[in-house]
Amino acid sequence: MSNVKVLGIGCANCKATAKLIETVAREKGVPLTLEKVEDMKDIMTYGILSTPGVVIDGKVVHAGGIPARAKVESWFN
Amino acid sequence: MNAVLALPRSRPRVFIASTAVLWFAAYLALAPLADALVGMLPVARGSRLFDTIRFFLYDTPKVLLLLTGVVMVMGMVNSYFTPERTRVMLAGRAEGVGNVMAALLGIVTPFCSCSAVPLFIGFVQAGVPLGITFSFLISAPMVNEVALTLLFGLFGFKVAALYLGLGLSVAIVAGWVIGRVRMEAYLEDWVQQMPRAHATVGEDSLTLADRLEAGFASVHEIVGKVWPYVMVGIAVGAAIHGYVPEAFMARLMGRDAWWSVPLSVLIGVPMYSNAAGIIPIVEALLSKGAALGTVLAFMMSVIALSLPEMIILRKVLKPRLIATFVAVVASGILIVGYVFNAVL
Repeated sequence: MSNVKVLGIGCANCKATAKLIETVAREKGVPLTLEKVEDMKDIMTYGILSTPGVVIDGKVVHAGGIPARAKVESWFN
Repeated sequence: MNAVLALPRSRPRVFIASTAVLWFAAYLALAPLADALVGMLPVARGSRLFDTIRFFLYDTPKVLLLLTGVVMVMGMVNSYFTPERTRVMLAGRAEGVGNVMAALLGIVTPFCSCSAVPLFIGFVQAGVPLGITFSFLISAPMVNEVALTLLFGLFGFKVAALYLGLGLSVAIVAGWVIGRVRMEAYLEDWVQQMPRAHATVGEDSLTLADRLEAGFASVHEIVGKVWPYVMVGIAVGAAIHGYVPEAFMARLMGRDAWWSVPLSVLIGVPMYSNAAGIIPIVEALLSKGAALGTVLAFMMSVIALSLPEMIILRKVLKPRLIATFVAVVASGILIVGYVFNAVL
């Protein structure tokens, strides 16, 4: 089971990113726990410069803007 | 058909060259096409209605075409200037040169106002001086390709160039002033206590085809969001073009009303809108005889300063630094408004 964190202070792009990840994971039948990190101090511990950021199992895989669907799919292969 | 659709991936250079030719051809064809279209309508040539319809039929595709072209190119340029790379370029810079660089980089670095705080902290952590960070933070939302393209498309080269020059000046000078008054102590304590980070750039292995894809993505995102505002703006302009007397706003917001600049800034500061959303209002005010300096000061204050942004920045800045930021930027915009009105 992957642990996915979406980093962002609750802007529209952050919500869309979380939703996209949920959809793709469901389609691929990948079980995951999705967590939204919305506190600025916690977000900054990951060292990203733009939000939304995506962290999978402790590793930053994306920062800034809604990720492309193909990119999200590649995380779950 | 599939070969054509695959062109951006398989032969990116060929794709860029052929789209550029098509784009220019379409741009040149706009005026004759609008004339031909309006000529087919049962409206007397030279009447008010004729002028209004022609204005709309010509300006709408013109501005949308310009916007698509510019956003596409900027989407590709943006892929070279990531926030990470900008941070490396600004870390440890001296004030002055650093403020100029930060304001210029603000134009080409992709920026979303919801990322303002992580960017701010990331810059400060990596040793970018506070004033230089502010120059970037002021320039990035205010002086951008969408604002400049719309101003160019609707009001011409001179207005766009003035907005660019004076917008950059506000960002450079305001950032420099904030740097001079030494306000590092007014960052929130947890920000001051964050460990210093070393600015690095990750591997950049993007191909030209990848950058083209980034361009498509920004056209999809930006033009897709902005086009309704552009349509409304031009429709307002077209309607006013023929019907409302030109001097309608002249007494209220004309050059002779000295108090109109501070009043515009005062109204504009708490408001929030992006560059595209404000365009219909700018169009309406300008064509009714409001002074250019007053209107551009209003536009700048709406885009550069807003209540939601202050609330977000409050998480990292103490009230005194936020107040200084607002006061310095608003004064800069005020001066710009007066300079515009005096010069033109």
